[in-house]
Parts: sequence; structure tokens; C-alpha cells
Amino acid sequence: MSNFVTEFKARATEKAGDLRHRTVIRTALRGYEVVRDKRKAAFQSWESARQAAAETKWEAVNHLDEHLVALTSKLEARGTKVHWASTGEQAREIIAQILRDKKAHCIIKSKAMTSEEIHLNHALEKEGFTVVESDLGEFIVQLRHEPPYHIVFPSMHLTRGEIKDLFQKELGDAPSDSPEDLTMVARRVMRQKYITADVGFTGANFAIAETGMISITENEGNARLTAALPKTMVTLIGIEKVLPHFADLALFLPMLATAGAGQAMTCYNTMYSGPRQPGECDGPEEWHVILLDNRRTELLADAEQRDALHCIRCGACLNVCPIFRNVGGHTYGTTYSGPVGAVITPHLRGLQEWKHLSNASSLCGACTEACPVKIDLHHHLLQNRRNASASEPAFFEKLAYQIFGIVANEPRFWWLAKKIGWLTQPLQNAVKGSALDPAKAWTKTRDLPPQPRETFKDWWRNRQ
Amino acid sequence: MSERENILGRIYEALKVPAPLPGSHGNAGDNASAKPPTSHAREWLPSVGQSVSEQFELFAKNAADLKADFQLLASRDELRATLAKIAAAEKWSRIASHDGEWSNFASQSLGLPVLLTDKGYDVQSLEKCDAGITECDALIAQTGGVAVTSRSAGGRALSILPPHHVVIARREQLVADLPAAFELLQKKYAPDYPSMISFITGPSRTGDIERILVLGAHGPKKLTILCV
Repeated sequence: MSNFVTEFKARATEKAGDLRHRTVIRTALRGYEVVRDKRKAAFQSWESARQAAAETKWEAVNHLDEHLVALTSKLEARGTKVHWASTGEQAREIIAQILRDKKAHCIIKSKAMTSEEIHLNHALEKEGFTVVESDLGEFIVQLRHEPPYHIVFPSMHLTRGEIKDLFQKELGDAPSDSPEDLTMVARRVMRQKYITADVGFTGANFAIAETGMISITENEGNARLTAALPKTMVTLIGIEKVLPHFADLALFLPMLATAGAGQAMTCYNTMYSGPRQPGECDGPEEWHVILLDNRRTELLADAEQRDALHCIRCGACLNVCPIFRNVGGHTYGTTYSGPVGAVITPHLRGLQEWKHLSNASSLCGACTEACPVKIDLHHHLLQNRRNASASEPAFFEKLAYQIFGIVANEPRFWWLAKKIGWLTQPLQNAVKGSALDPAKAWTKTRDLPPQPRETFKDWWRNRQ
Repeated sequence: MSERENILGRIYEALKVPAPLPGSHGNAGDNASAKPPTSHAREWLPSVGQSVSEQFELFAKNAADLKADFQLLASRDELRATLAKIAAAEKWSRIASHDGEWSNFASQSLGLPVLLTDKGYDVQSLEKCDAGITECDALIAQTGGVAVTSRSAGGRALSILPPHHVVIARREQLVADLPAAFELLQKKYAPDYPSMISFITGPSRTGDIERILVLGAHGPKKLTILCV
């Protein structure tokens, strides 16, 4: 078994039994469900909107090359420098080189999962740059030296008390544990950083091919400030984030807000089409947009699962997933967690090492139902299982099913197996869950139903 | 080969096999139609009502839900009086604005020192202003939000850095829904868009601590929309 599986199992076992964790997550998500349902109900037809969003992303992803060429030429025409990065390493080097060229000391970042994906902060800090996360949740997890817990709500696993202690220890400033006071601490810390940072870094939610724009969705205003004040702006975006038309945003912005956070519209939805233009009074002098592949093209090459690239990273599938809610975001050990993370991580980081995520699912389908762009998430989990066992069958599992096949096909063997089962089941109870139990992985947390003494065949015979 | 060519090459290769259409569970095909599927968005998004007065009512309700202060005013005099009242209540001593018929009227009516961002400005001075007064491109009834651009609202920072953002709008700037707002922006600016277009829907907010709403995370703590 790979380390990733062992670690996943150990963390999952610990978190699933952690009642405090469970209460925190449940409380955090209860409010979400109520407001999301209210917002969905306000749509005249949420289902038609989902279908249209799915079709629009289908068009974008299935003509990705054309849209990227159009996007790039529009961006470049207005003075934006567009870079292409096949790997995370290339993207890190492009960004580090920009910082070196600008003789930068401090880079201020708004929330970007792509930067988590390429481990940007670590690389930049190693080179001596100061990296400041400006989104409140990201700022909190950065102070704790841990990755975000959730792609939309990075610090949802922490209570106000823990955040107060953290601020007291790291910043020496925490007047009380009220969310209002704690937020104002972060606001004070951050204000001067926007003004003094040499480079502002953002992620992106959408890229519009038609007009050459990058659209950023946020509630706090930190991305707006990041894109307004520093002299140089850098945006890192996955190649799949493209939408064909400007007007598509009229549908995608409210859908992202509704599915992601139960809002009618996120507070700031901002479209950038270039650095500061002639006649404008502020904004960065230089804007670098980095288009990141990082094995997205491998997922693209899998036509069956290509729609996983439709993901708009709203986090809705995480919020409804019974596995995510029990094992928590950090257990996955991946940048993208929850159902969509389980679907795409095997493509982005290796099928055999990450196939266990697709098994950590009850296949209930809540994710597929929650997805605003109709990604067939739970079917993809099944397909990952199939692909993993086809490319590298598990020897003992295969053997076990072959033996089962023989036994089940032959009435005399079946009869014998039943008799043996009937005789040995009481013995199993004595060793249940212990090292002597051959089925302990299963029976540790489950009871095997007692085998009935009367079989169906016996019952049928007695009725006649 | 450049990375651009490498990536585009991989995409081209990958797309040789068509993907199943959404909702078709396995049937491949190509449905590139002339009309984008989102062109009917208006029929699916939350309804907005027919008449302008209904839409103003909806805007007011949405703005109130977002904890923005929206006031429909009858005249310039009323605008002047309302601004004076806010300025006195919050003890403004310095404000920022930009050049424009309505923003000039509003900022000058207060008799306070005004920093105009249009011709370049010092960021530290802007940060010390008590309010940023801007015009806008549209009010959107469906969401209770306003659309501003770097061209119509004094640049990128004026509407986000000061702690109170005051929007001066005119009645005819109300649009029904988001599709109408995008149409308006396209008509007004394409192909030479301002480098920033922002839909502002309520004052800055966060729920990052226990999902409890706090206003004024990094942007303005207050958003006032005065419509004349």
C-alpha cells in the first residue's frame, strides 16, 4: 500500500471519531444548506440553468485550444503578458523570475487554489520573498502553517476561540473572540501590506475568450485591493477556466454564488482586461497572466471524464458529501478535496497512488446532484475504480472473486460453503475485529448478520 | 517548441476523441450551436417583475438584505441634504471622489477637502479618506448590486479602499437583471473595455470565522447607494 493510503486511512479513522470536529463542521454547514436552498428556489429554473451551464462549459472545454488562442490574443493586445506553464515547477519559476526582475520583497496574494496546487508560497519563501495571504481564511491557515481545509472556506474547521489564541500568539493582538473583532485585527494588519507590497497575486474564477478578461469572485475585497495597488500584478489560472462569451457570466456568477455559499451574488465580481490603460489613474503597470496545464491535458484526453474539467470550484460537492463531512478536508492530503478532488486527483497526481480516494465514497450521488455544472461525479468515482483495477488488478481480490465465482456456480460447492459458514460463524464472533480475524478490516466496525439456519432452498422445499 | 505550442498541441491531440454531451451519459457528439446556451439566462434567473417601480422595490429589498443603504431621492437638493446628514453622523473630515457631473456635485456640496483620483493620487492619502464617492454604470434590480468600472468610478481603488463607498446613481441607470447589465456594458464599451469592471453587491463581507457574517473584511464597511 502506498504511503498516501496509509496516511489517508489513519487520518480518516482519527477524524471520524473526533466528535468536536464533527460538531464544528456540522454547525458550519447547517446554515449553508438553508441559504443555498433558499437561493436555488429563487431561480425560475435552477435545473435549466444547470443544463445551460453544463453545455456552456462543454463548449468551452471541447474547443479549449481555440478559446485559449482567442483569450491570449485579446489579453496581449491590451498589454498583458501571457505565459504558459506545462508544470507546476515552470509556473513557480515564471513567478519567481517576475519577482526577481522587479526586485520585489513582498508579494500579497488573494485566494488562489492554483497556487496551493503548485506549492507557490513555499517556493517563494525559500527564495527569501515575503508572502502574505490576504483572504481572511487563508491568512488564518497561513499563520497555522497548514493548507486550506476547504477550497472555498479555508478555515471552517477552527472555532473563534482557536483563532483568538492564534492571533494572540502570532500577532499579539486579539481583543476578544468575537468574529467581528478578529476580522478587524486582520483588516488592520493587511491595510498597509496592500500599499507596500511590490507584487499582487491573484487566482481566477473564469477567463472570457470573447473579450480577453479574467473574472475574479470574492466577498472580502482583498482581490480588488490586490489588483489595484501593487505596481505589478500576477494571475495564475488553470487552462480549463475559460468561458466563451462575456455574457455567460450573467449565468455563471449567480450560480457560483448560490452553489458555493448560498448567496444570490458574491460581493465582488470583477473582470480585468489589462494592466492600467491609457487615461486610467491607477492599477498595475504590468500584468502577467500564467496559464497552467499541470496535467489538466491528461484529464482532457480522457473523453469519458473530460467533464470533470467543467468544475468551477464552488465547493458544493464537498459541502454535501457524507465522507467529507466525517473525515474532513485535511484528511485527503490533496489540494482539491471532496468528491471532485477524488475524481481529478488521480489524473493530476497518479491513478495508483490516489485511487483510494474513489473508494472513500458511499456513491450516494449527493455530489452529482449538488454540482451546478452537472459533472457526473459519482459515476466518475466508479470509473476511477474500474480504471485502477483494470490497469493494475489487486491479486488477492481477483483471486477471491475467482474462487467465489467457482463456488457460486456449483450447487454442491455452494451447499458446502453454507454449511462451513454456519459451523464457523460462532468462532468468528470470538475473534471478531482482532488480529486473528481474517476479515478484520471489515468486521472491526461492522457486524456480520448471523447466517440463518434455514436456507431459502429449505424454506421453499418446506412450503411445497 | 515553446510551452504554448506544447500545451496547445496536447489539447489538440486530446480533443480528437469527442466527449459525451452533458446529461447524455455516454453518447458522444458535437453540439456547437450558433447561439450560446446562456442566451436564455433571463428565463431561469430569479424573476424581477415587469414595471420599473417593481424593480426599484426589488432593488431596495435586495440592498437591504445585503445591509447596503439605498435611498431613492427626489432632487439634487435632497441629495445634498442626505450627504450632509451622513457626513455629519460619521464625522467625515476628508473625502475622495472623481471627476463627473454627479460625483462633482456630490463631493463639492459637502464643503470638505476632496481628493480627486482621476489625475493620479497618493495611495496613503486615499487610505486616510473617510469616504469614496463614485458614479456607476448600472444598478441591478435582480441582485441589489451596482456595476462600476475603472473609467466610470475614478479608477480601481476609489471604490474599494476608503471605509465608506457612496454611489451616486441616476434612476435611468436601473436595469432589471444581470443579462441586461452585461448587454449594457457591451453596448457602452465594446471593444475598448475599461481595464476593470466590477459588480459590487453589498459592502465587503466575510464568513471565514465560524461562517458568521462580518462586514468590512478588507473593502468598505459601508455601502450607500443614493439614486436621484
